[in-house]
Amino acid sequence: MELLYAMTTGVLTASGLYLTLRGRTFPVVVGLTLLSYAVNLFLFSMGGLTTDGAAIVSEGGNVADPLPQALVLTAIVIGFAMTAFVVILAMRARSEVGNDHVDGNKEDRE
Amino acid sequence: MMQHLIVFPVVLPLIAGILMLYQRQGLVRYKRTVSVAATLLLLLVAIGLVRQAASGDVTYYALGDWQAPFGIVLVLDRLSALMVLLTATLAVGAVVFACAGDDEKGSNFHGLFQWQLLGINGAFLTGDLFNLFVFFEVLLLASYALLLHGGGKARIQASVHYVVLNLAGSSLFLIAVGILYGATGTLNMADMAIRVADLPVEREGLVTAGALMLLVVFALKSAMLPLYFWLPKAYASAPAPVAALFAIMTKVGVYAILRVYSLIFGDSAGDLEALEQPWVWWLSLATIAAAGAGVMAARDLRLLVAYLVLVSVGTLLAGIGIGTPQAISALLYYLIHTTLITGGLFLLAEMIGLQRGKAGTRLVKGRPMVQGTALGILFFAGAIAVAGMPPLSGAIGKALMLNSAEGTQRLWLWPLLLVAGLCSMVALARAGSTLFWRSYRGNISGSPLPYRQWFGVIWLLSAAPLLVALAGPVSSYTQATAEQLANPQVLIRTLLPDQATDAGEAQ
Repeated sequence: MELLYAMTTGVLTASGLYLTLRGRTFPVVVGLTLLSYAVNLFLFSMGGLTTDGAAIVSEGGNVADPLPQALVLTAIVIGFAMTAFVVILAMRARSEVGNDHVDGNKEDRE
Repeated sequence: MMQHLIVFPVVLPLIAGILMLYQRQGLVRYKRTVSVAATLLLLLVAIGLVRQAASGDVTYYALGDWQAPFGIVLVLDRLSALMVLLTATLAVGAVVFACAGDDEKGSNFHGLFQWQLLGINGAFLTGDLFNLFVFFEVLLLASYALLLHGGGKARIQASVHYVVLNLAGSSLFLIAVGILYGATGTLNMADMAIRVADLPVEREGLVTAGALMLLVVFALKSAMLPLYFWLPKAYASAPAPVAALFAIMTKVGVYAILRVYSLIFGDSAGDLEALEQPWVWWLSLATIAAAGAGVMAARDLRLLVAYLVLVSVGTLLAGIGIGTPQAISALLYYLIHTTLITGGLFLLAEMIGLQRGKAGTRLVKGRPMVQGTALGILFFAGAIAVAGMPPLSGAIGKALMLNSAEGTQRLWLWPLLLVAGLCSMVALARAGSTLFWRSYRGNISGSPLPYRQWFGVIWLLSAAPLLVALAGPVSSYTQATAEQLANPQVLIRTLLPDQATDAGEAQ
């Protein structure tokens, strides 16, 4: 399970990073979203992966670490708000500047 | 009442911001009154906090009475009290300036302004690493909206870069916090310091990685060299009162570096002690050099001031790179000076631009100004202070910084800092002579500037003579702050009396 989990996080991060470095706002927004998914997964695993553990408290051991869950919840909420904001910003930039390049250049740089 | 004082800098702007949600537009007088009143109240609270912290005791406020390390705590020591006072002082000038009309160019200015204060104050007070992230996000989200206040093409383009970079930075922050939590099992900074002190050897690599990733995030916020390219454009295109408030934003990054690395990676951290210093030292020098060139190249007064902010950031970070209590003390003095003066210069640039009509703040020949003499005197005073010439505060700050470098550090810092100072002086002299002396002939037209704008600028720029007059008390306070930072054990013992003694016995 660790291997699968690590690979998922790694692939998500790599894809997110690649898309964030693109020149148009839409891939950048998608890249940031993927990056935040990867980060959420990563945070989730930081308490250590447990199978069949109780979410908060159970009688007799095997409890999953509750703190990463709280952190992920906060990170998801903040990430969601930020994504919404950056989408609106990208649309505003498209309508005011006249194209969707992150530098707002007229000529096609890609 | 008094024990709740620590939470006021967070709660007060929150409530004021909520009050201003009542209506999106209109009710101008009501909003201005609430906003200015809340900011003035914040200033009083901050003065109270500094008095409380000046005794040298570390006090803390456990939210919901959940004790550290499980609950979230707000910690008040000399450093955080000083930073909150500095924020409040800057905010008073900026908010009064905004009341002259800038606040009505878009919606919800005052509400967002208060929430930005909430985020900044929270970041200065929190004692919890994840909470630091949350407050960073609060201040960033408010700053995104404030940067866009009033709209316009330049602002939107600058915002796209600023927002995307900071979102990527936030992801990195979370990864770093995750690594540190995974390796130490705690998020409370004082608790983390104890855990790092007796860290198993096999985890040292992981903690180093986490700590240096955190440094990247703080470097982005404080605009250290490879990560500063967002700053000049964003600051130059932001509305004046917002740009003035942003003068404290880079200092949030500087504060975070100071706090995290002096507390967690202080002298008890063994091999990991001061692991950020070589990085910060060399990059800060490169920042000073690059910013000096930027100051010379700027063709717009606002851009020029933005690069002056970068020079000051490089100087501050060099103080962290040296790392001795003497350097930290010099850094804090310089920090007070540079925040208020660059904030004031952003406001002044806006006033100059308003009086020059079409030419604006661009450094070209323009029409003569109605109140050119008064503006010129203020510009002259601000330029002397920011370039570090005697007799104003910049000279003292710079002299303290130069004096704190030792041995070969002098070889690097002295020429760079002095040449950057020379660059600032040349650029400011050129800018001033173009703005005030090279104007078209013809009759002077235009209306005088509102009193509120004058108040904002004079309020901030008067810091320069005041910091000279009060150099004794201020520098003894910063000296005490630096000594407190060098002894994080006091803070740790106050927050975690049980664990601290355990760790002490184990050693």
